[in-house]
Amino acid sequence: MKARTARIWSVIHTWTSLISTVFLLLLCLTGLPLIFHHEIDDALGYSPKMDARAPGASKLSLDAISAAALADHPGNVMLYMGWDKDEPWMVSTFTNKTVTSDPQTTVVKAFDAYTARPVGLLGTGPMLVMLRLHTDMYLGLPGKWFMGLMGFVFMVAIVSGLVLYWPFTRRLDFAAIRKQKSRRIWWLDWHNLLGVITVVWALVVGGTGVLNAYAELLLGVWQRNELTAIAAPYAGQPTPAKLASLDTVLGNAMKATPGMEPAFVAFPGTPFTSTHHFAVFLRGDTPLTSRMVKPVLLDGETGAVSSTSDLPIYLKAVLVSQPLHFGDYGGMPLKIIWALLTVFTIIVLGSGLYLYIARRRKQGRQPRAVAEASIVAEAS
Amino acid sequence: MNDPTFSQARRAKRPQWLRVFGVPIVIGVLSLAGLLSALLAGDPGRYFSWFGVGLPVAIAAWTYWRNS
Repeated sequence: MKARTARIWSVIHTWTSLISTVFLLLLCLTGLPLIFHHEIDDALGYSPKMDARAPGASKLSLDAISAAALADHPGNVMLYMGWDKDEPWMVSTFTNKTVTSDPQTTVVKAFDAYTARPVGLLGTGPMLVMLRLHTDMYLGLPGKWFMGLMGFVFMVAIVSGLVLYWPFTRRLDFAAIRKQKSRRIWWLDWHNLLGVITVVWALVVGGTGVLNAYAELLLGVWQRNELTAIAAPYAGQPTPAKLASLDTVLGNAMKATPGMEPAFVAFPGTPFTSTHHFAVFLRGDTPLTSRMVKPVLLDGETGAVSSTSDLPIYLKAVLVSQPLHFGDYGGMPLKIIWALLTVFTIIVLGSGLYLYIARRRKQGRQPRAVAEASIVAEAS
Repeated sequence: MNDPTFSQARRAKRPQWLRVFGVPIVIGVLSLAGLLSALLAGDPGRYFSWFGVGLPVAIAAWTYWRNS
């Protein structure tokens, strides 16, 4: 690599890193507890507790659960109802003032499927704070898009770092840590080693994070194109005043997709469906198919199936990317590995910042030309 | 292994790019395979993911232990 090329990549690496480091540290520090959000919620008592029920009791109708959720928050309307694969006794309900109210004010409450009694709010407590700081820093959509941009800048930093790995280590054995030299060199060697061994993981987690930051935009594209087309025959009609029975809706959706089970149902007017349809999203039972939900759209008033199209490829990509970002699809050992790799990323970020400051201090004591020559010498 | 002449002789046989990027490429491929296997290959895939994705942790631990 020519000295000039190395210098250009060095400038790219320095500046993309400097711009994104603070936000990446925030993402790593909040992401670390989020890997274990299930366990932390359990430990802190933020998980719903099963209601006491008579032995041999059977599940109540979904209409009964829906009525209970609305009675619990008078004046609200239903937005979604969801089912957790690992908690079959529980139904999650999402209600708000209207279907288009600010999503941050949506009440998410779990109900016992056998008693229709509320068993706790979902997604609250310290893990919600972590999630908001991680996704949008409490700034709503612009905050999300900004975080997505920082994620992208971070990926440029990773790629430029990989390019610089060559001039910086080409005279060294793999994983060489030079102890006898300065503290700065010791940290440089660790920065290079931890950076290069985590590069694929970091690109995958970074890339899937960026994709998720823009998920709402992709959902909007789907709405404008496919959902509008499905709802076209209903154009000009008011939104259904009296909705079909939820049990009818779910029953019809499951008949249309044999072998799948419902993940959640979106009520007419919410972002996941048209203003005239229920959308039931059904999942399979493997790690992959349980994420790649299939939507069935049903007439809001009659509950008859209108369409069972697959999601477009860009939304499938978002869904498949989620486990690759969260690290929650390979059991506790994978979560622990995910956490350790996050710690490595924190060390790479911190040592990078240290190396930048240490190099500037060193350069401050020598003329500019010598300083520039030293970067090149170090890198060749 | 730590004999410098032996190490240099071993180095000379391999092209430089392979010496620098060889191990990182192997780690990267195994990481990616591990990330995907847990998603696509059921329980065996899940066990393999612990190896593939966990490899960088083992290498960092080994390097730390060797240098301390």
